[in-house]
Amino acid sequence: MPERTYLQAISQALREEMESDPSVILLGEDIGVYGGAFKVTEGFLDRFGPNRVIDTTLSEEGFVGAAIGAAYAGLRPVVEFQFIDFIACAFDLIVNFAATSRYRWGQGVPVTFRGPWGAGSRAGPFHSRSVEMWFAHSPGIKVVAPATPSDAHGLLKACIRDNDPCLFLEHKYLYRRVKEEVPDGAPPIPIGKARIAREGKDLTIVSYGMMLHRCLEAAARLEDVSAEVIDLRTIYPLDRDAVVESVRKTNKVMIVHEDTRTGGLAGEIAALLNEEAFEHLDGPIVRVTAPDTPVPFSPPLEDFFLPGVETIVRAARRLAAY
Amino acid sequence: MSPKASKAPPAPADPPRAVQLEMYYFMRLTRTLDERAHALHRQGKIVGGLFSSLGQEAISVGSAFALDRGDYLGPLIRNLGAVLVRGHTPREVMTQYFARATSPTRGKDNSQHFGDVRRTGVVAYISMLGTMVPVMAGMALAARIRGERRVALTYVGDGATSTGDFYEGLNFAAVQRLPLVVIIENNGYAYSTPVSRQTLLKDLAEKARAFGIPGYVGDGNDVLEVYRMTRRCVEDARAGGGAQLLELKTFRMRGHAPHDAAEYVPRELFEEWARKDPIERFERALGLSPEERRAVEERVQKEVDDAVEFAENSPWPEGPEALRGVFEDDSLVRFTPWWER
Ligand SMILES: Cc1ncc(C[n+]2csc(CCOP(=O)(O)OP(=O)(O)O)c2C)c(N)n1
Repeated sequence: MPERTYLQAISQALREEMESDPSVILLGEDIGVYGGAFKVTEGFLDRFGPNRVIDTTLSEEGFVGAAIGAAYAGLRPVVEFQFIDFIACAFDLIVNFAATSRYRWGQGVPVTFRGPWGAGSRAGPFHSRSVEMWFAHSPGIKVVAPATPSDAHGLLKACIRDNDPCLFLEHKYLYRRVKEEVPDGAPPIPIGKARIAREGKDLTIVSYGMMLHRCLEAAARLEDVSAEVIDLRTIYPLDRDAVVESVRKTNKVMIVHEDTRTGGLAGEIAALLNEEAFEHLDGPIVRVTAPDTPVPFSPPLEDFFLPGVETIVRAARRLAAY
Repeated sequence: MSPKASKAPPAPADPPRAVQLEMYYFMRLTRTLDERAHALHRQGKIVGGLFSSLGQEAISVGSAFALDRGDYLGPLIRNLGAVLVRGHTPREVMTQYFARATSPTRGKDNSQHFGDVRRTGVVAYISMLGTMVPVMAGMALAARIRGERRVALTYVGDGATSTGDFYEGLNFAAVQRLPLVVIIENNGYAYSTPVSRQTLLKDLAEKARAFGIPGYVGDGNDVLEVYRMTRRCVEDARAGGGAQLLELKTFRMRGHAPHDAAEYVPRELFEEWARKDPIERFERALGLSPEERRAVEERVQKEVDDAVEFAENSPWPEGPEALRGVFEDDSLVRFTPWWER
């Protein structure tokens, strides 16, 4: 079985979907001749030709609108944002046009929006953002954020085959840092299903993306506390059952994300548990998140901003002892 | 005022030789900073990305010299020279590259994302391309409302002329007859995308027609032509002529950033444009004596050495600095989590 990096797994999923479905096309800046800023689509232009691998003008609103139109007309476009931060430039077409389309007039929008997200790369405030909640709060679009190569592969395939708009968030810190066996032609992984990344009984840690790996590392360091780690994989629709079930078992929970705190996913999960599992809780619901600031650039600042393994361990110990 | 792209003869005269020598100094300073920064980047001393204006110095320097003191300037990634002309120091630039506490943004932002509206009239840009056009239009609007004779000048790349912000901002400025000058720095490529994949127009300045404003095309590697043409646009804008579009042709002599070997660029293009190097051309035009050249060289080296030393010896910012400056009132951002109390 071939070992693949997170990036190669994404590339593989795109290739497989393009091979099996001629209606899949790619649009984005520098994705053709150059193969994409991160080289996800390297070689695709030669393989699939300029009709299906489209180097766009520098116009996010323009090519997102074009993708929506192409989807109405029967294609399955996959749009790459050079960095996910630039999705803000196309926000109107995504949240107002695409996300409401099925609800308004019954016309689905099978477009996948994908791009590198997240901090940790010393890339400054405009190349490091977490954008998931802008979209999770805009009904009509699914939001997916895998943490492993096989999830990236399977979930991207699911997004492309989905008849609704999907936002596929690729954590760029993981692109070349995680590796895993991913079989050729592996099937899609259902959107909206979380995964128990590590079994435990004393407390539950819920996370996704790059932070998932920090949570696993923290869990391994908590010798006397048995932590269960849930990888959400999808932000919307959220796998409420998986979270509630785990908390029923462990009775304590913390949510860890690199997105900023106010309006972040952790608050939503805390509210959910308040409604669905209040009587099972033996401690406060803990949020380990970034502070409410833009993502800063300088290494000491970014390290302060991002929850670290140490922080997660400390919070988990306090919670376990509660 | 012809709305057609034209090679209108630039009226304003060349600046006196002493000023031209200053322009030469700023071009050398820009290039030396750029080259030193790239060497430091290879040594792993610079944090994050780095953008080069190698071969494009004439546009930044010539256009910034065409502004008056109180005018506003909105730079972009390849306008280091303009920022220096406006009074930002090599130390400011290097500390930004080194992400130190002494940098203008105290480590919060990277590259040349800094400015100082009051001191230099420079507005800190963001990475989202095109955004500077409407923002600088707003500064021009404010100047008019307050009865000030200020002009706002900003740049866009050939790539960024495809953004909605470019159209919306320029059209707004056009109908409001705002004193805004937009320079299209046409350097052949937007990342890997050639201009021919960005527009079907031969000259990007033809876009001026869409807004009903004057559009001009000039040689971006001739600093005096850049100066004269920009000066003409600035004077017209200041005199009530409204928004002006000026396309300056040049070439990006490196990849998009250090990671990009620019293999998509035919080698002949680099050779062709190397022969048009704006600094060498200006040296010839100036009839620079060896002594004059050496004096500038020494001045520049000293300043860049000082900037690098200052940046290297500057402290890193402290982590909690990350919490400061989001609002005027720092106490609004509270961040002591439950488990730390
Ligand atoms: C709105 C937006 N989309 C995408 C990017 C990513 N990006 C950064 S630079 C660049 C190319 C810019 O080309 P151009 O405007 O011609 O300027 P140049 O780099 O050639 O000076 C791209 C696509 C961006 N910064 N902003």
